[in-house]
Amino acid sequence: MLTISTGNNAVAAAVREAKPAVVAAYPITPQTEIVEQIANFVTNGSMKASYIPVESEHSAMAACIGASITGVRTFTATSSHGLLYMHEMVNWAAGARLPIVMANVNRALGPGWNVWAEHTDSLQARDTGWLQVYVATVQEAYDATLMAFRIAEDRRVYLPVMVNLDGFTLSHITQQLEEVSAGDFIPPLVLDHKIDTDHPGGYGCMTSSVDYVGIRYDIERSMRDSVEVIRETEAEFAKRFGRSYSWTDNYRCDDAEVLILSMGTLGKEAEVAIDILRNAGIKAGSMRVRWIRPFPELDLGNRELVVIDRNYSFGFGGILAGSIRAKTGKECYNVIAGLGGQEVTYHDIAAFVRNRKIGTEEWFGVEA
Amino acid sequence: MYEIRLHSRGGQGGVTAAKLMALAAFRDGKYATAAPFYGAERRGAPIVSFIRIDDQPIKIYSQIHQPDLVVVLDPSIIDLVNVFDGLKPDGKVFINAPAVPKAAMGYRTYCVDLTEIALRTNLVVAGSPILNTPVIGALAKMGLFSRESVRSAITEMFADERNLNAAMMAYEELVV
Repeated sequence: MLTISTGNNAVAAAVREAKPAVVAAYPITPQTEIVEQIANFVTNGSMKASYIPVESEHSAMAACIGASITGVRTFTATSSHGLLYMHEMVNWAAGARLPIVMANVNRALGPGWNVWAEHTDSLQARDTGWLQVYVATVQEAYDATLMAFRIAEDRRVYLPVMVNLDGFTLSHITQQLEEVSAGDFIPPLVLDHKIDTDHPGGYGCMTSSVDYVGIRYDIERSMRDSVEVIRETEAEFAKRFGRSYSWTDNYRCDDAEVLILSMGTLGKEAEVAIDILRNAGIKAGSMRVRWIRPFPELDLGNRELVVIDRNYSFGFGGILAGSIRAKTGKECYNVIAGLGGQEVTYHDIAAFVRNRKIGTEEWFGVEA
Repeated sequence: MYEIRLHSRGGQGGVTAAKLMALAAFRDGKYATAAPFYGAERRGAPIVSFIRIDDQPIKIYSQIHQPDLVVVLDPSIIDLVNVFDGLKPDGKVFINAPAVPKAAMGYRTYCVDLTEIALRTNLVVAGSPILNTPVIGALAKMGLFSRESVRSAITEMFADERNLNAAMMAYEELVV
């Protein structure tokens, strides 16, 4: 069905199609519309889930963990301070190998109090064992949410998946949306290690390092195995529904001599900058990084790199730039731009490329 | 690409008007995005929404600085905000007003009294006249959308037929 939707409502529509048994959530700007819409679906009977309006984000994730461990499909959504508040349980969900799906609407962290887009919130959860994907259109928000359930619940993965969308910029924009009938694209969840609710017992007991090391390595093994599961899932999605996704969203990269790497909506705006640069004779391309965990193999060749980070790790640098340096050994021009919803236009992005100084970092809009 | 900046006050329905415009353009077979700019505003404060319409998928998420059309739902905003800022030389202006306000003279300005139409058609919710559906009718008259797409967009979003009536009345009354 072709219609128009906001990013938030697209996530809610995908969740309805995935038919989770339990949704536990706490509203927070700019995520609120997702959980409101799901609550509407449950109220009007178009969704059969148990909706648990919990008293905090920590409880939201705790409730999802409690439900998921009985072997049922679960979903929650949050943003910014909500994600930070549930951080303990975010780690627990991955450690307990629970295929929970969460939408995080990327928002800056206070103080100063700011409700607009930034990626530092979810990137602070990058070491938790969650898979993380970042989307850039309303359609992609829908598609990635549907795929997240299938990926998380695959026996080779059994890890939670976080779908990230830019606060307001994507969560509140209206674009066209094609909803699909998922059919058996998402098979019934079979959780091998679900608890026996008729014979409840302890879980998460004290674990010696001997076992603990193995348990942790097993998370990493599944993270590595998830590469193939993601590939299969995206290929199957393309076959059934006609839309293709990959580790990165590449635009005019083939003969590019300089690449812009970015995440989220800035990566779409960058494509407009690429057209401007190409018209001016600059062979530029855009590589929008979608998956951050597992971190993709990037085919960067010998091209110059301009990395835009809508996030920051204080005392270190932009997180995407740092990851690319660490994984590829390549230097880049790192632009810190878009923090707290700072407007970054395609003209600005084109200027980043024109003014690049490889090996340096620059904060857009700040006099150093 | 056709770019529209919509000025209204919080609570006046500007965000819904922007969505309706995107839906009407979409029903015309175009690509469209509607992006309300959320600041720290409250009910009654001036707010702005951005609508883009194109034959190609729209990749731009930043604000509109050089609009083809400026739509003003509340003429009193003209005293507070430079609504004409960046308007293209051949750009147009639509204002919800019985006659062209002095400040809008010198632009290609179109006017209809949407507030009066809303009151006349009893399109009033919680004491406030609803402007977001009649404005779509007026914009259709200016050639932004087909009348048929306005009809389908409004009936898709609103069951109450007063909305469609008011939109069609605005369509009839706008002089182009």
